[in-house]
Amino acid sequence: MKLHELTIYQARSLLQSREISAQELTAAVIDRILEVDNDIKAYLTLTPELALEQARQADARRAAGEDDPLLGIPLAIKDIICTEGIPTTCGSKILEDFIPPYSATVVEKLRAAGAVILGKTNTDEFAMGSSTENSAYFTTHNPWDLTRVPGGSSGGSAAATAADECLGALGSDTGGSVRQPAALCGVVGIKPTYGRVSRYGLVAFASSLDQIGTFGKDVTDCALLLSVIAGYDPRDSTSVDEPVPDYLSALVPDVRGMRLGVPQEYFIEGIQPEVEAAVRAAIDLLAEMGAEIVDISLPHTGYALPVYYLLAPAEASANLARYDGIKYGFSFPDAADVWDAYRKTRQYGFGAEVKRRIMLGTYALSAGYYDAYYLKAQQVRTLIKQDFDRAFALCDVVLCPTSPTTAFKIGEKVDDPLQMYLSDVFTLSASLAGLPGLSLPCGFDAQGLPIGLQIIGRAFDEATVFRVAYTYEQVTDWHTRKPPL
Amino acid sequence: MKLTREEVEHIAELAKIGLTEEEKALFQEQLSAILEYAEMLQRVDTSAIPPTATVLPLRNVMRPDEPHPSLPREDVLANAPQSEDGCFRVKVILES
Repeated sequence: MKLHELTIYQARSLLQSREISAQELTAAVIDRILEVDNDIKAYLTLTPELALEQARQADARRAAGEDDPLLGIPLAIKDIICTEGIPTTCGSKILEDFIPPYSATVVEKLRAAGAVILGKTNTDEFAMGSSTENSAYFTTHNPWDLTRVPGGSSGGSAAATAADECLGALGSDTGGSVRQPAALCGVVGIKPTYGRVSRYGLVAFASSLDQIGTFGKDVTDCALLLSVIAGYDPRDSTSVDEPVPDYLSALVPDVRGMRLGVPQEYFIEGIQPEVEAAVRAAIDLLAEMGAEIVDISLPHTGYALPVYYLLAPAEASANLARYDGIKYGFSFPDAADVWDAYRKTRQYGFGAEVKRRIMLGTYALSAGYYDAYYLKAQQVRTLIKQDFDRAFALCDVVLCPTSPTTAFKIGEKVDDPLQMYLSDVFTLSASLAGLPGLSLPCGFDAQGLPIGLQIIGRAFDEATVFRVAYTYEQVTDWHTRKPPL
Repeated sequence: MKLTREEVEHIAELAKIGLTEEEKALFQEQLSAILEYAEMLQRVDTSAIPPTATVLPLRNVMRPDEPHPSLPREDVLANAPQSEDGCFRVKVILES
């Protein structure tokens, strides 16, 4: 048995029965990272000594009779989530030397549940991207084909999970940044409902959209991690005081009588035929298991991309105003005056995509263009949300592809921002409507690259999403396949 | 929607981002393409549609005005490029 290949749920059982120790498990995963991460480059920062110390503590806690849900489980954290005393760069040069003085609520919750933190994973700069190619440090490689991207922006967390360089991971999703890399790397990833998880300590990109999500090797692990991090937090005024169900008890392999909505707008020209075929086969399988398939329409789907790429940059232009070289982060040393210092700090501290989005957002918010761009986009966002409200009168979840294609080649889209944005086209709508969305493996294309099925649920109804995903997973084995490393 | 060079310079100045001449040309082209794509929104009739700023039914979220422990000053200043006497040090902002 290779310890690094265990799921969280399997490892937990072996830890509980004392067949393995947290130190053995953590050491095995660190060995795995040292073995494969030169090729994959999932991690920006590794903290092996700290991880082994945390594993020792976990073993001591277990010896003392404790059995917290993640006691001794080694995990990875996207490098846009603050970790006290551990560098948090957001994939940006402007935060190259930033060491947070506090941890995000989700990190505190993982640690309180006994998790071991292995390190920080690569991301597109400030989570702006779909491939990790916008990281200021390096590009993460897809474990299934090292010449391809892992997706993004949480590409490091997705690749680390797929390559067994962690047992599970946290990411963040603003327009698809958990779901799309989960699909491209062949793992399970969920973006919960907006407000479900505290964002205290998540570095802000677009505040009306950002949400922290979880990656697992299977649906159970993804649900287990969400159970630990979900819930109201007084330190995040947008977290919602809704009861958090036990997601593990939602994992019932039964979809009989459930209504699964299939939106015609997600099967469009330009979608890779193998992706459509795999997703349709998954839908057929769920129908065979007793679910009712309902044809639905989400007529404003085609507008999600321009809406998102006006609203997210507008919010980003305000959020990223804080990077002024004064309180923290890179500061241009030889500026003539304070204005010159701002300009040069941001010129040399930010990469091209971040500059592009700040400028786009600044323009959309500026006098004379606000109504035509920002307000208009907010109004169309209302229509997109209403599409889902109507659809959920007819169905319990929506099924569609996560991404129109499997993993694309590194370098293929870097020179054309609009083409890159189109790889998010199926994940943006759920983000704009604030709904939970999960991606899970539903097949492979002819080149052996994973395909993702997206399941979108009602607000705060992650339980039903997990149930459908779990039911599908019980009769398929896509999630058990390993990349050829 | 084609942005002019001057508009690109104006946006960059509003955002306080210095740009090279090459970047100005590149962003002029790329931002114009993105804005042109976004023109499709003008086809949607939104005359009676309220804007969505947040999907949550939130207004202002208040908490009792009670003091809580906060970060020690040295922790707050630990990441500052320059600090002095327990404060952030900044460049002169007013002419003497």
